[in-house]
Amino acid sequence: MKRIDRRSFLKASAIAGGGVMLTLHGAPKALAQGRGGAPAAPPDPHNYIRVAADGTVTILAKNPEVGQGIRTMLPMLIAEELDVDWKSVKIEQADFDDTKYAAQSAGGSTGTPINFMPMRQAGAGGRALFLKAAAQTWNVPESELTTASGRVMHQASNRSVGYGELTAKVATLPMIPVGDLKLKDPKDFKIIGHSVVGSDVKNIVTGKPLFAIDVVVPGMLFAVYEKCGVFGGKVSSANLDEIKALPGVKQAFVIDRPPVTDAIIGDPGMETGIAILAETWWHAQSARKKLKVTWDEGPRASGSSTAYAKRAAEMANSAPQRTIRADGDAEGSLKGAAKVVTALYSYPMISHVPLEPQGATASFKDGKVEIWTNSQQPGGGRRMVAQTLGITPNDVTLHMVRGGGGFGRRLTNDYMIEAAVIAKQAGVPVKLLWSREDDMTHDYYRPGGWQNLTAGVDASGNLVAWKNHFISYGDGERFVNAGAMGPTEFPQRFVPNYALHASVQPLAVRTGALRAPSSNAFAFVIQSFIDEMAHAAGKDPVQFRLALLEAGTPAPGAAPPPGMNADRMKGVVKLVAEKSGWGKRTLPKGTAMGIAFHFSHAGYFAEVAEVRVDAAKKVKVNKVWVAGDVGHTIVNPSAADNMVQGAVVDGMGAMMAQKITIENGRVQQTNFDKHNLLRLTKAPEIEVHFLKSTFPPTGLGEPSMPPILPAVANAIFSASGIRVRSLPLSDSGFTWA
Amino acid sequence: MVYKLNVNGKTATVDAPADMPLLWVIRDMLNLPGTKYGCGIAQCGACTVQIAGVAARSCMTPVSSVGSRPVTTIEGLSLDGNHPVQVAWQEIDVPQCGYCQAGQIMSAAALLAKTPRPTDKDIDAAMDGNLCRCGTYPRIRAAIHKAAELGSSASAGRSQTASKE
Repeated sequence: MKRIDRRSFLKASAIAGGGVMLTLHGAPKALAQGRGGAPAAPPDPHNYIRVAADGTVTILAKNPEVGQGIRTMLPMLIAEELDVDWKSVKIEQADFDDTKYAAQSAGGSTGTPINFMPMRQAGAGGRALFLKAAAQTWNVPESELTTASGRVMHQASNRSVGYGELTAKVATLPMIPVGDLKLKDPKDFKIIGHSVVGSDVKNIVTGKPLFAIDVVVPGMLFAVYEKCGVFGGKVSSANLDEIKALPGVKQAFVIDRPPVTDAIIGDPGMETGIAILAETWWHAQSARKKLKVTWDEGPRASGSSTAYAKRAAEMANSAPQRTIRADGDAEGSLKGAAKVVTALYSYPMISHVPLEPQGATASFKDGKVEIWTNSQQPGGGRRMVAQTLGITPNDVTLHMVRGGGGFGRRLTNDYMIEAAVIAKQAGVPVKLLWSREDDMTHDYYRPGGWQNLTAGVDASGNLVAWKNHFISYGDGERFVNAGAMGPTEFPQRFVPNYALHASVQPLAVRTGALRAPSSNAFAFVIQSFIDEMAHAAGKDPVQFRLALLEAGTPAPGAAPPPGMNADRMKGVVKLVAEKSGWGKRTLPKGTAMGIAFHFSHAGYFAEVAEVRVDAAKKVKVNKVWVAGDVGHTIVNPSAADNMVQGAVVDGMGAMMAQKITIENGRVQQTNFDKHNLLRLTKAPEIEVHFLKSTFPPTGLGEPSMPPILPAVANAIFSASGIRVRSLPLSDSGFTWA
Repeated sequence: MVYKLNVNGKTATVDAPADMPLLWVIRDMLNLPGTKYGCGIAQCGACTVQIAGVAARSCMTPVSSVGSRPVTTIEGLSLDGNHPVQVAWQEIDVPQCGYCQAGQIMSAAALLAKTPRPTDKDIDAAMDGNLCRCGTYPRIRAAIHKAAELGSSASAGRSQTASKE
């Protein structure tokens, strides 16, 4: 396939040049792509590292970057073990290539745990090659050699050589087996564990083209894509001739929905609609406003949030459709409990709204397609593009471009498929960009839900029974995507009598994973209700939680159960209580602290919010303390602190004002005026503490978010006596002070 | 309609519909993609530029309304990313995804040009219109204070002169 000339910032796939030792693309692209499955471990340093003759080190970052800092973090791991100075490192984004790189995705806070060792091994594998090359060049044993700052040293003969001078020799050497690699002792780390400024920050603050929206390919047209407001709706007729005659418009056509469904995530793929292509995006968008379309809206046109809420209320008062888990005898123990509390909690659907709306650029030629995408799951996207276009995955080339936020929205690839299909039909390269209205009305929403809870404490104030009737969306035994509650949801195994029942009703819109899926809603419910039980028991909320965690701690010597490690959670609860001065500070009337913890994505987080509430229900979050345990190493502390603070801001924004509702099958909120994010003026001071445990490092973008919602809600209760059981807060008359 | 604009110290002539927002003229006609689209209704501030030194939402500014007033985009704020706000943004490592940051920086630079040593209250007033989906607000606030330290004399006017050189 003839490559399109690209702007310099997108030249990751066109690396060449003399003096290159560790080549990036050893195999031709067509061969390299599409064999499927993960490549064999260990990682080949040749796929990640290039050293030029002048010693310049280029490191390939393999994962999608959507703001989580992975494009900086993965190269840090490689550079550390390669033993080069960070300031000498240049970073380039790798294309998607599942024959060279293990999972290239951004989801589930898995970037750190999956890559911490393999990326270090890639770096160590590179260093081992330079050691071997120097040993052969000087004819000395490798054991007499050391490295530092991209050089190999032989102290006995007072010789040293730069990596760049060894490249020709290294090119002749086979890869060193991973078992022979020596990784650094963490006490010798110079890069890992030290704060590093994001690799794209200079380009971000100077406005360089970095994002999917910035991609330009010669001859491309700008596209908008009009879909039915009702999911699954089809075009019956449209005034396309009129549209094509409008200023700047080059093409306009209908696309029928291809019958493709992703088997793994249930992603229905692209929707049917009308593409308008023009010389600028504004011309296309202006023409779109003149569209007159008759839609066949289909069966989902009756979708209504009012009706869903009514039905949920009925279900809450009826026998559950099924039981997911029953430990002990919840009903019986509730009868014998000293105090019993029942409460119905609820939370709405919300939208991901990454600030960069969805979009991709695609060029289709001779049966092959080249796409510039900010997908969080490019592998799944490539598969679906291939299926939709009727070509093989080998014929789909993906260039991974920085995404303006992800939050899970870009795990689904509908917009990438749209761009590819539009480009194929148009016969010219196309940059598709959704409007914000497209984004908010065609999301894969965080599903809303209801939880009808009853719990009991005994005379000593211990939690003895917990019963939940979980009401969600779905069909029969199937929950909608990201709408399930599993059989081990907390406080399962921490309370002897536990029952989880479920009922579902069908939903007219699609749903999906949003940052800390399910946890982002469940933590609010569970940690708020635990707070209710603490108050019912007359116990301090921190002490009540610690006692509950103690109850689920395995006996000494017993095998640890899967899932949450109670000791680690106790550690962060104690740490956040200490740092926030829990129970030790006298606060003015109307001001109080609330605590919550939540385990998700292998991360342990406890958070305390100090909140003031006035008589008019104006809420001010004065300060937030966060304690997290994500293992023994925080790879980039600057990025970690930033991410955790952002999680608190994100959660606060979601809990106050975000709600997606549907009427007549259509999403009612279309832009930020109706689905607000938190603004700078409301962001509190946020103190972040990490408890360095002995466990391997895990991710933190997701687990740091869920506890802030119940921490604030619990503080609101302590400050005002008002127990919040329904989100968003604005529906109960709360506003930010 | 043909419009003669002054963007980053240079004259640019564009043939655009009168109601075409400055944002799309800048991005799709003048190839200055640093200014971002986020909402199209002046709710998010990703499209913030300076018009005659004042922060403006270019997504709601028709090209016909700009006239001869000088427009500064993120690309024209300094010659080499050395405006105190850009330097502070790097030192504090502000961005996560980075998509909103051009708009944040243009708002902050406009604030500092008028108020070289802003209080937190000044920052609140100037920055409330700029959303950050990643929640980098604590660092944005810190970086504005840092930028004030770095060069309270920085101003949009001076930067514009610099970009002409």
